[in-house]
Amino acid sequence: MSRAEEEVANQEKKTLGFWIYLMTDCVLFAALFATFAVLRGNTAGGPSGLEIFDLPFVLVETMLLLTSSFTIGMALLGSVRGYHKQTIFWLIATFALGVAFLSMELYEFNMLVAEGNSWQQSGFLSAYFTLVGAHGLHIAVGLLWMAVLLIRLVHFKFRKTDINRLALLGLFWHFLDVVWIFIFTIVYLVGGMA
Amino acid sequence: MQDFLQMVFGRLTPQDFVHEPIMAGAGIGMVLALLAAFAGLTIFKKWGWLWRNWITALDPKKIGIMYIVVAVIMLLRGFADALLLRAQQATNGSAELLNSDHFQQIFSAHGSIMIFFVGMGLIFGLFNLIVPSQIGSRDVAFPFLNSVSFWLFTAGMILINMPMVVGEFSTAGWLAYPPLSGLEYSPGVGVDYWIWSLQVAGIGSMLSGINFFVTIIKMRAPGMTLLKMPIFTWSVLTSVSLIMFAFPILTVTLALLSLDRTLGMHFFTSMAGGNPMMYVNLIWAWGHPEVYILVLPAFGVFSEVVATFSKKKLFGYTSMVIALIAIAVLSFTVWLHHFFTMGAGADVNTFFGIMTMVIAIPTGVKVFNWIFTMYRGRVEFKTPMLWFMGFIVTFTLGGLAGVMMSVPAVDFQFHNSLFLVAHFHTMIVGGVLFGTFAAITYWFPKFAGFTLNEKLGKIAFWFWIVGFMVAFIPLYILGFMGATRRLDHYDPSMGWQGLFIVAGFGVVLIGIGVFFQVLQLVYSIWKRNENRVGNDPWGGRTLEWAMHTPPPEYNFAVIPTVTNRDEYWELKKKKKTLKEPEYEDIWLPKNSAAGAIVGLFALIFGGAIIWHMWWLMVIGLVGVVVTLIIRLTNDEPDYKLSAAKVAKHELKFKEKTV
Repeated sequence: MSRAEEEVANQEKKTLGFWIYLMTDCVLFAALFATFAVLRGNTAGGPSGLEIFDLPFVLVETMLLLTSSFTIGMALLGSVRGYHKQTIFWLIATFALGVAFLSMELYEFNMLVAEGNSWQQSGFLSAYFTLVGAHGLHIAVGLLWMAVLLIRLVHFKFRKTDINRLALLGLFWHFLDVVWIFIFTIVYLVGGMA
Repeated sequence: MQDFLQMVFGRLTPQDFVHEPIMAGAGIGMVLALLAAFAGLTIFKKWGWLWRNWITALDPKKIGIMYIVVAVIMLLRGFADALLLRAQQATNGSAELLNSDHFQQIFSAHGSIMIFFVGMGLIFGLFNLIVPSQIGSRDVAFPFLNSVSFWLFTAGMILINMPMVVGEFSTAGWLAYPPLSGLEYSPGVGVDYWIWSLQVAGIGSMLSGINFFVTIIKMRAPGMTLLKMPIFTWSVLTSVSLIMFAFPILTVTLALLSLDRTLGMHFFTSMAGGNPMMYVNLIWAWGHPEVYILVLPAFGVFSEVVATFSKKKLFGYTSMVIALIAIAVLSFTVWLHHFFTMGAGADVNTFFGIMTMVIAIPTGVKVFNWIFTMYRGRVEFKTPMLWFMGFIVTFTLGGLAGVMMSVPAVDFQFHNSLFLVAHFHTMIVGGVLFGTFAAITYWFPKFAGFTLNEKLGKIAFWFWIVGFMVAFIPLYILGFMGATRRLDHYDPSMGWQGLFIVAGFGVVLIGIGVFFQVLQLVYSIWKRNENRVGNDPWGGRTLEWAMHTPPPEYNFAVIPTVTNRDEYWELKKKKKTLKEPEYEDIWLPKNSAAGAIVGLFALIFGGAIIWHMWWLMVIGLVGVVVTLIIRLTNDEPDYKLSAAKVAKHELKFKEKTV
């Protein structure tokens, strides 16, 4: 195998490895969803989802995240076609949307704690904070990754390795979007509607 | 002042360094051994050697050897724990060796160490040593990730041994069921030691699982279709598939227990809406597959050993593969049999009982295939083969006990009894340990260049197998008599003490076996020139035996093309060697210290959470993240070994064999 062929093979390994990592993450979230489902009704005298969820607020969060999935898709297309400026623009847009989403989530958490509904209140709230928080933690890691990648893309003028990394980041970001749709449905819609 | 100290040191006080005599002795012994090792390295000026050849190594063969070294040391630690437990029960506490608190710490440590740091360590060692060469590859898919996995495993190992020096270990058993392991009943650092040791090592295991899965899927030699893959590699493929599905559940379970304990959440508490039985379900949804994660590779080892020493190809290769896959799938459908007494109702218990019986079928297929492989073969009773024969007997006995317990009605009697303890020791010692002992004896000459002494190996085996039966058959009987697990004393009128003494004697016999194994290793290294062997000491069948001995870093100068299941055997039969070489440039990973640094920061992170030193936790976390960013943004992690250099290396090997 020549060096060039070997590099292609190496990239294939990374892509497969990353897909498998995503699947293990899927199992991780599945376990968190399962615990949430078990503890959903265990409010122990505290509030239920119906009393604390603000659905329009969460809908805005959802829209931000869905839009960011679109923008990172644009960044990905741009990077493959060699449109450097557009790629950077769409990546920054994605980053901003991600930060906005995360800020809203933290604001929501903060409000809940301030109202006395912290994770120490009940099994339901423990499961809620952990499941939604685990997703938020993933988003934070994604944002850190995006920031490092942005710096590298600008600094090294779109090396092949960085474009490959962007493709993996895209996968990660879409995956988090899918997880969020499940959170939105199972946690907020099912729990927040009478 | 008090506040400041608490901010810096968290829960740590000078009092935590004070231990009762036995534990203090063990702790001081451990510290002295470490100091002696440091002194030795300094006096003989070996630090550079250790750093360049081992700590920063990314070669899977070296990482594999390090895994096995750590696991063997942990085996000795776990065995010392077992000796103490047996001494306590044989004397019914009258020797006053251990108080009940220390007794509980020891059985918790014994179980956790044996599963996570002996079992997992040994099988990951074997994966690293054997899988790449058996599929005709030079490396694993992600060499750096492999190093990270190993160092996380080591960090976990250090965390689980730290209580001997500072603090205490968990008293909640090897799976730490809440509410006992919750904050209310275990407020100390013990359970946190348990959580973070396993969490750190477990994340390493999960990364390793992904790594070997991709290695096997993507890096097989040309021509090696899935059904031409050596059976050991197949067993690894099924085992790592289980790791990928099971370990995230462990990560979540440990995280939730930790959230309960550090942030006051209510997942598993018995008040405020927590559900302790959910923990038991989650931990066994990981725990039952874990048993198969450990034993499937051992099955693979035995399949290789029995074929090689019977001079026949493995009987029923395809059915062996189907059986492996069937066991892997079914292993996710039986977890509830660990707690039939939960009260899930007759229907649920029936389902899990039947699934447990079903899983015995593919296992039975494997046992018969192994026996048929020996049938009409020219069986050579070398040490690995003895371990195999011992395994067949113990594993069948233990398996039958398992099928008995799969009947829910019967299980209500055996639940939590010594019958159960005897059952899973029969499976894990007889399966995993005997398997890895066979593997180490079998593959040792490939990597060392000389065989282990046969005579000492056989003596060790006989002490082990006899000691094993003497140690565990009494436990089956005691279980029938109603003795439950984890008793530090019992009423003498129960009439159990005689059997406990017999069991204690059995452990002494095993101890003699362990002594002979250590002696075997030391003696074989000392007299290595008497046992020098070439590339293929046993008449091997698979590609790893085609490598030079000891293998060069690149394994194969030219990647072989495979046309057969037993490729090397067929080559030998046709009196061919591997293709006449046309050397080309080889790219290998550069050494990297980043893996060890990640492990160090993970150790700091885990230790800091255990002791509630929040500032240190942040340092540990930032350290891990920054090290990873620096390493992962490095675009030149490989170096080139030019064709000319490869040719020169190869010439050296040829001169050596001539």
